[in-house]
Amino acid sequence: MPTPTIDRTLDEVLNLAAAHFKVPREKLKPDDDFFKTLGIDSLQALDLLTRLEHHFRIELPDYELQGVSDFRTLANRIQSRL
Amino acid sequence: MNEFKGQTLSWQMLNGAIELALHRDPCNEIGSLTLEELERFAAVLPGLVSEAHALLIHSTLPAGFSAGADLRELFQRGREMEKVAARRGVRDFLERIHAVMNALDAAPLTTIAAVHGVTFGGGFELALVCDIMIADRMARFCFPELRLGLIPGFGGIPRLKRDLGNSVVRDLLLTGRSFNVMKAQQIGLVSQIAAEGEALRVARATASQVGKFDRRTAAAAKAFVKPIPYEELKREIDIFCDLYSRPAVEEGLRRFVENEGPQPYLP
Repeated sequence: MPTPTIDRTLDEVLNLAAAHFKVPREKLKPDDDFFKTLGIDSLQALDLLTRLEHHFRIELPDYELQGVSDFRTLANRIQSRL
Repeated sequence: MNEFKGQTLSWQMLNGAIELALHRDPCNEIGSLTLEELERFAAVLPGLVSEAHALLIHSTLPAGFSAGADLRELFQRGREMEKVAARRGVRDFLERIHAVMNALDAAPLTTIAAVHGVTFGGGFELALVCDIMIADRMARFCFPELRLGLIPGFGGIPRLKRDLGNSVVRDLLLTGRSFNVMKAQQIGLVSQIAAEGEALRVARATASQVGKFDRRTAAAAKAFVKPIPYEELKREIDIFCDLYSRPAVEEGLRRFVENEGPQPYLP
């Protein structure tokens, strides 16, 4: 299966976050701070990470997310594991 | 005592299995009150064993199985007490929790951890004493102690070494990273994965299966295949106490406790 493009990965990240945290998809922008936009804490961020790992069938060590708070960088970290 | 409802945990007998439920907000942090109630459970366990074929340990809280040791209590006690007394207090706490963990580990009935969500540090160590681990799809595991300048102190390293290859133990311990249930099953920690919210049901079904066998035979099989690494467990306490006395640990605990940012659980 070909590797999805970064735009596709970013779109899937935004879709999954919107669906799980019940936020309208159109309110989420790639450069948003996901802690603020989704209103989540670190434990919920780990929950999001687990869902993303399952969705993309990857393992993404949480230390790679240190200091990451926007969807675009998160999607880039995921892309590097696909 | 077949039934108990405490402030941090409860137990009851259900269909021939003892169910130990953790319920201390926010995520079953293990401090002195939890320890007291765990000791109470360990004290009555020999009497319960004659009536039960299995022990299930689970959490009723949505956040997860347990976030581990109560770091706020550890930090606070370290600040309030004179250093020598604080160190003695830490050693006393560790020896007491090891006695509980060892009693659960050696209990002559089949023990099953049904975990979900955050299963970190001391919570992970509690799950590791069980014979079988059943995990919710959203469970996440971690030994974050090195971030604080410590090692796991509730028996985690010797029990991980008992169950896993050494290179895997090094990876989990030295990176302090959290990992999901797929990884946990792949390395051999988790025996069954349940859908979200289904770990306890799956654990109960497993306990029911276990109950079909002769109890004495099951206890003999368990004792044969599951040695308890007592010497390494004692050594772990010594290493933890040596590390705890360094100023870097107080600083690490302070950073965690005083962190009001969104990422205290991320390394």
